[in-house]
Amino acid sequence: MSLPPPLGMLCELTHRCPMSCVYCSNPGELVRGAGELDTQSWQRVLEEAAALGVLHVHLSGGEPCARADLEQIVGQACASGLYTNLITSGLLLDAPRLERLCEAGLDHIQLSIQAASAQMAARIGGRKGAHERKLEVAQLVGQIGLPLTINAVVHRQNLSELESIIALAVELGAQRLEVAHAQYVGWALVNRAALMPTRAQLDEATEVVERARERLLGRLVIDYVVSDYHGVRPKACMGGWGRRFINVSPDGFVLPCHAAQLIDGLRFDNVQARALGEIWSEGEAFCAFRGFDWMAEPCRSCPRKEIDFGGCRCQAFLLTGDARNPDPVCELSAHHSLLAGHTCGLAIDAAPELVYRHYSRTP
Amino acid sequence: MRERLLVDESSVLHLPRYVRLGFDQLRACWLVLAPERMYVPDKIALEILKRLDGVRRIELIVDTLAKEHAAERKTIATDVLKLLQELADKGLVST
Repeated sequence: MSLPPPLGMLCELTHRCPMSCVYCSNPGELVRGAGELDTQSWQRVLEEAAALGVLHVHLSGGEPCARADLEQIVGQACASGLYTNLITSGLLLDAPRLERLCEAGLDHIQLSIQAASAQMAARIGGRKGAHERKLEVAQLVGQIGLPLTINAVVHRQNLSELESIIALAVELGAQRLEVAHAQYVGWALVNRAALMPTRAQLDEATEVVERARERLLGRLVIDYVVSDYHGVRPKACMGGWGRRFINVSPDGFVLPCHAAQLIDGLRFDNVQARALGEIWSEGEAFCAFRGFDWMAEPCRSCPRKEIDFGGCRCQAFLLTGDARNPDPVCELSAHHSLLAGHTCGLAIDAAPELVYRHYSRTP
Repeated sequence: MRERLLVDESSVLHLPRYVRLGFDQLRACWLVLAPERMYVPDKIALEILKRLDGVRRIELIVDTLAKEHAAERKTIATDVLKLLQELADKGLVST
């Protein structure tokens, strides 16, 4: 059976970012500016991706607008026929730059907010004044006529503001709102004890979203990503490893998911050494957990393996020490009880110290 | 603040700038691309989508489809309006 082409590619253009969000999914060891791919390399990657069959490209980071050549990169993505989405904090955008990006062919903007109130947003994002600036940028996006998705990562610290976050997305004229519970990799893993929602918070959030979806039918589309640790069935992480998705890190490593580098023993190819199409079809990391042959029991004989593909490899590695194990979110996993240790006995008003995203001291 | 778009036979619809309908050579099928979404329209949906030109009223599209498929107009109208309302609620068509 021939391998179907990938659907989406996330380009982490840079790890530089004016925010320091405590839930950031970037790795602990951030890539410095000097290590980033240059303009021509990104342009080549985008051309190769389009030829390979990628449909959506997501330009992300870090903060992608920290790159002075973002307009050129967007221009290439659009010229290659890719549906181009900018995932941004908004802090480095103003009206002229938005217009230039729009002219370059940008299709869509996804703007993150950290909370509904400026005070909470500053606590989570580590930057005072950022929230107010984001609200201005959202208005600019609307004025220019680009479609807007608001993205809000939710967790124990900000879930009390969920209703207000939804109201804010409506007020800002967003077409879509993504409410995503934090995924515990990268900096969110460092801050897991402070971010993990209580069961009651999670249930309430799910109800709030369901009510809002009804109330706002035809006015705001709400996508909701539930919390893994409280579940009993794993998600089809990335739609299955190496089945749909490519992630390129700022320094050119091609990853089956943005967190994959945390798995020990996997070797990743770099776009500077190998063509993207070859990496997709033959690369060691992509082949490692593609399909079903790598699976152990209970996944191997489980009828749900074609639905969830064994869940998240990174989570399996982080929580059990072996990426070939089933995602412990699955109640059939021998490690499922580990999750209770992270989700039970949480005090909603406890405020453990937060670790803000930062570059390590030794480059 | 945005209001819900209610589709009826007098509506004139088009695909907004951020929704792309196109034939994918590699996959040999028609695709609809939207923010974070990809749809593969079935034959009927595709016939409808291709006719959303921002000029024709939906009633005209229903007339044409009923004639082409030699089907009862009322049935076609119900199906077309149902589909377009779903698309409108997902933000995939606009007036």
